[in-house]
Amino acid sequence: MLTVQGARRREGDHSHRDQRHRAAEAGLPRFNNPRGAQVPLFSARVLVSLRPSVLDPAGEATRAAAARLGVDGVSRLRIGKAVDVELEAPDAATARQQLELLSDRLLANPVIENWTLELRDGAAAEA
Amino acid sequence: MTLGVVVFPGSNCDRDVRWAAEGCLGIPTRFLWHEERDLSGLEAVVIPGGFSYGDYLRCGAIARFAPVLQEVVAFAERGGRVLGICNGFQVLTELGLLPGALTRNHNLHFLCEPTDLVVQPGRCSWLQGYGAGEVVTFPIAHGEGRYQAQAEQLRELDDNGQVVLRYRRNPNGSVGDVAGLSNAAGNVLGLMPHPERACDAATGGIDGQRLLASLLG
Repeated sequence: MLTVQGARRREGDHSHRDQRHRAAEAGLPRFNNPRGAQVPLFSARVLVSLRPSVLDPAGEATRAAAARLGVDGVSRLRIGKAVDVELEAPDAATARQQLELLSDRLLANPVIENWTLELRDGAAAEA
Repeated sequence: MTLGVVVFPGSNCDRDVRWAAEGCLGIPTRFLWHEERDLSGLEAVVIPGGFSYGDYLRCGAIARFAPVLQEVVAFAERGGRVLGICNGFQVLTELGLLPGALTRNHNLHFLCEPTDLVVQPGRCSWLQGYGAGEVVTFPIAHGEGRYQAQAEQLRELDDNGQVVLRYRRNPNGSVGDVAGLSNAAGNVLGLMPHPERACDAATGGIDGQRLLASLLG
C-alpha cells in the first residue's frame, strides 16, 4: 500500500503541506523550497500492540463488557494503537527506513510492545 | 550543594520536591525548564511526578526527547545523581537509564494511598540513610505503575542488588513487587512512590526525608 502522492492530494485534506502545494500551483514560492521541487509523499499505518506476555487490563475489562453486551464467546481481546503517518521522503527505501526508525524508537516501546508497519505496496515490515 | 528539579509542561510534583528539599531540609533547589541545557553547579537532578507532555503516546515517551534530558543522561553517565519519581521513573525507563517499563495497573485503578516499602539500599547512593530490610511508608499516586521486565532481566537486576524498593503488599501487579530500581552504579534511582510527599510532618510521615537528606551527607 505504499503510495506516492506527490503534489496532488486528496480532496478535503487541509494539512499545511496541502496549502503549500496549492501555493505552488498558484505560482507562489514554496517555503524552504524555492525551486518548487516535488517531494514524494508516502503514507503508512503503524500498528502498535502489547507483547503477548504483557497483561492488558484494559483489554480484559473490555472483554468483560462484551459479555455484558450479550456478545458471548469473546475469548481474547487486546487493545493496541493504530498510527497513520504521512512522510515526505526522496524515495521508497528512505521512507521505509525512516518509518521503521520512527516505529521502533518513538511509536512503540519494544520492551513491552510490538509494532507492524503497513505500507501501501502490500509489503509489511515487522519487529 | 544545589538540587535541580526538571519541569516539563504537565509536571505537577516539581514544587512538592522543592518544598521537601528546600522547605523541609534546607537544600537549595533550582527549577530546570524542559528546554534548558545548563546543569552547571548541580549535584543532583530530580525528574518529578506528573504527566509530562500530557503523557501522550505513552508515559514518558515524549519527555524522553526533551533537551534537558539529553543533558541529564550525560550528567548521569558522569556519575551525577539522578532521581526519578513516579512519572520521572517512567521517563528514566523510556530514556534507557533504567531497564524495563511501567504499564497500566493490573486493576485499572488510579491508586493514591500510603504504601509500605521494603528497602534494600545496596549501592544506591540515594538510600544510604536506610537500613537493609527496613520498612518505610511513602504514598503512591499512579495509574501506570505496574513494573514490567522479562523474567531473566528481573533475576539479573535482583542478583545485582538493583531492586532497591519492593512493595510489602503489591498494589499494582508489578513483577517481583518492584517499587523502585537503581542503576548498576547506584547513582540513578527510579521509584513509583513519592518520597517528597513523606517529608513534612504536617502532611503525615517523614520517612522520605532521609532519601533527600542523603544529598547533605
